Amino acid sequence: MDSPTAAHLDLHPQTLPSDLHPGLPPERASRATQGPYAPELDRLAGKIEDGVRITPEEGLYLHDHADLLLLGRLADTVRERKHPEGRVTYIVDRNLNPTNVCITDCGFCAFYRRPGAEGAYVMERPELHRRMQELADLGGRQVLMQGGHHPRLKTAWWCELFQDLRQHFPLINLHALSAPELDHLAKLDKRPVQEVLRDLIAAGLGSVPGAGAEMLVERVRAIIAPKKTTTDRWLAVHRAVHEAGLRSSATMMFGHVETHAERIEHMERLRALQDETGGFTAFACWTMQPEGVPQQELYPRKATPGTYLRVQALARIYLDNIDNMQTSYVTQGLKAAQMTLRMGCNDFGGTMLEENVVSAAGCFNLAPIEKLEQQIRRAGFTPVRRNSWYGLDDARLGAPSGPKNRAEAATHKGALSGGVA
Amino acid sequence: MRLLRTAERAGITDLAHKVLAGERLSRADGVRLYQADLYAVGELANYVRERLHGDRTYFNVNQHVNYTNICNKLCRFCAFQRLPNQEGAYWMTPEQVGQKITAQLHQPVTEVHMVAGIHPKLDYQYYLDILRAAKRARPSIHVKAFTMVELDQIAKKAKKPLQEVLPELIEAGLGSCPGGGAEVFADRVHQESYHLKMSGEQWLETARTVHRAGLRSNCTMLHGHIETIEERVDHLDRLRLLQDETGGFQTYIPLSFHPDNTEMADIPGPTALDELREIAVARLLLDNIPHIKAYWILMDVPVAQTALAFGADDVDGTVVEEKIYHEAGATTPQEVAREELVRWIRDAGRVPVERDTLYQVVWSGDPEQAQVGGAVPVGTR
Repeated sequence: MDSPTAAHLDLHPQTLPSDLHPGLPPERASRATQGPYAPELDRLAGKIEDGVRITPEEGLYLHDHADLLLLGRLADTVRERKHPEGRVTYIVDRNLNPTNVCITDCGFCAFYRRPGAEGAYVMERPELHRRMQELADLGGRQVLMQGGHHPRLKTAWWCELFQDLRQHFPLINLHALSAPELDHLAKLDKRPVQEVLRDLIAAGLGSVPGAGAEMLVERVRAIIAPKKTTTDRWLAVHRAVHEAGLRSSATMMFGHVETHAERIEHMERLRALQDETGGFTAFACWTMQPEGVPQQELYPRKATPGTYLRVQALARIYLDNIDNMQTSYVTQGLKAAQMTLRMGCNDFGGTMLEENVVSAAGCFNLAPIEKLEQQIRRAGFTPVRRNSWYGLDDARLGAPSGPKNRAEAATHKGALSGGVA
Repeated sequence: MRLLRTAERAGITDLAHKVLAGERLSRADGVRLYQADLYAVGELANYVRERLHGDRTYFNVNQHVNYTNICNKLCRFCAFQRLPNQEGAYWMTPEQVGQKITAQLHQPVTEVHMVAGIHPKLDYQYYLDILRAAKRARPSIHVKAFTMVELDQIAKKAKKPLQEVLPELIEAGLGSCPGGGAEVFADRVHQESYHLKMSGEQWLETARTVHRAGLRSNCTMLHGHIETIEERVDHLDRLRLLQDETGGFQTYIPLSFHPDNTEMADIPGPTALDELREIAVARLLLDNIPHIKAYWILMDVPVAQTALAFGADDVDGTVVEEKIYHEAGATTPQEVAREELVRWIRDAGRVPVERDTLYQVVWSGDPEQAQVGGAVPVGTR
């Protein structure tokens, strides 16, 4: 061969990068795979693969030392064990925020208005009906109804609304009023939250969303939401919800002022309550969206997707007693959501025909249903529609399976007797 | 060892042993890597990535100049191309190219990535002039310019063999070549999707000539359209064989097909999980190419960050003004601040290292290592 060889040209076939960089130390094995943390990570991996619960200390160790590959794979293992059918569920729903008037003044919220402020609203009934009808026309099964802490809208106002909506839209479950709102109603009514719940359930409340948990750590709440329901109250309200015969979901908003240990603390509180009641259907988490919120100066820059994926995967591993994990495509986008299907998530949440609360904070990521199904399918899963209690409700599967209503889903069965099913 | 357990469950223990022993994987092995469990493949790729680079993850501060979008190749997967009189068609004069670079003098840019369509009316002198204009605007800048397809056109315009043209381009300021235009080498894919452009064999021959002229280059594959798994493996193997011969490739970059506004808009393009696998398989098959790049601007940040655990050790750069993928529906920002790139890499659990085009270290974020070069003083390199 008379053509010049690589050696003539001072190019080095199969030259490894460390040779190209004499200034750097010899290649360093990753801390996660072969470094000093590897033996403990191996032990924890074995434990999780065997289905053994991990401690808060072990959770923190994984958070800080495992790489995304290990966390993702372990979360995927747990998801596979809990959901071996290869289905990813979602629900056709929309958000309705009947009011944005709020007296809680959370500095991370771009949605609320003070009473009387410009843009403050309470939605008129015809408008609510119009939006419910749009949802019903699309085969919707749930309306996620949350709003501000309005100083004058009491339990009776909500009960009347719920009765009206149940009567007109019997197929649409009212997934409504987060724990801080329920707590707020109890304060306005000056009576225990149990009594408020009894009335709301009688009026048609079907399940309770997990919002308002933010971080269930008082140090953090004192900074980000000093006027909002405390950690203990949030947990007490959910306990009351479960004991009243309703199911609820759980959430976490992170990536702001909390420490890594506080993320674990939050998960530990949810896991402990779930051991007690079993009432949480699902867990969802998302990162704080700091753009355009009232107290933006309080917050660091938005957490990167890598942080979200890490925490989401860890949550699947840690919350071993919660059946379902929702991905957050609204805040993270469809590509991240698709990856989470192999990092612990088995549910795409709601189709959210609109999302006022998050989108007001400069994040609008609405995916049409078909595109959403395509993402699920192309990640290797079968998309299936569900109801609010994670019963399957999809004509393509034939008859519905799993709980069909709040009574069938209840963990505290006796509680609902006498109420409307 | 953790990865052996994962490999065993996925039925690729034999491949894992080959990888641990540093043995080359065959084409048949490559096909299996495309079919095995993603995490098992990812763990093997990560092992190789860490053996080569530890936690180091490279990026650079660069800018893009797409000097024309006029093109006569009519590739079906492209949304950037315009015919000469079509609305939106443009070409930049050498002065305008210089202005693009001058506009970024306040940023510590070390590289300009200059690629474009094949505009049949541009003469040989034009290409020399835009190189000179770039170097005049910022003498320290490394000009990484001209895909193999453009080089072929330049040689035609010069009416000389490429090996005689290259020294003149180098003299005018060419520092290295980007890796685009490789598409998928297989003849079937060439015929069906980009038949007016050079074939796979010609691309490889051009790259060989470039390396022999002493230039380094990158290499790519446009995946996720009509190609089969076997055709992808064939493509990677042919890159690997040329690399054995010349050693001239620095980095392999899998390019995800973006369907919007192309003639193939009915094909959905690769998923995030497909992109992770593409990175991992490449890291395992391309055992002689030092770097695998997770090009954030077309994968999007979540996938690029995750890819750093699946075999990638580079995320490209700050990329001021990306046009080609944004015409095809990419929704990522068209540029990112240097400190933001550093944060992405750290949040993915890796150590950021700023490099220049030839992977000389400009700055290292390794806490156990004194900074190697320090930040580059603007305009002095």
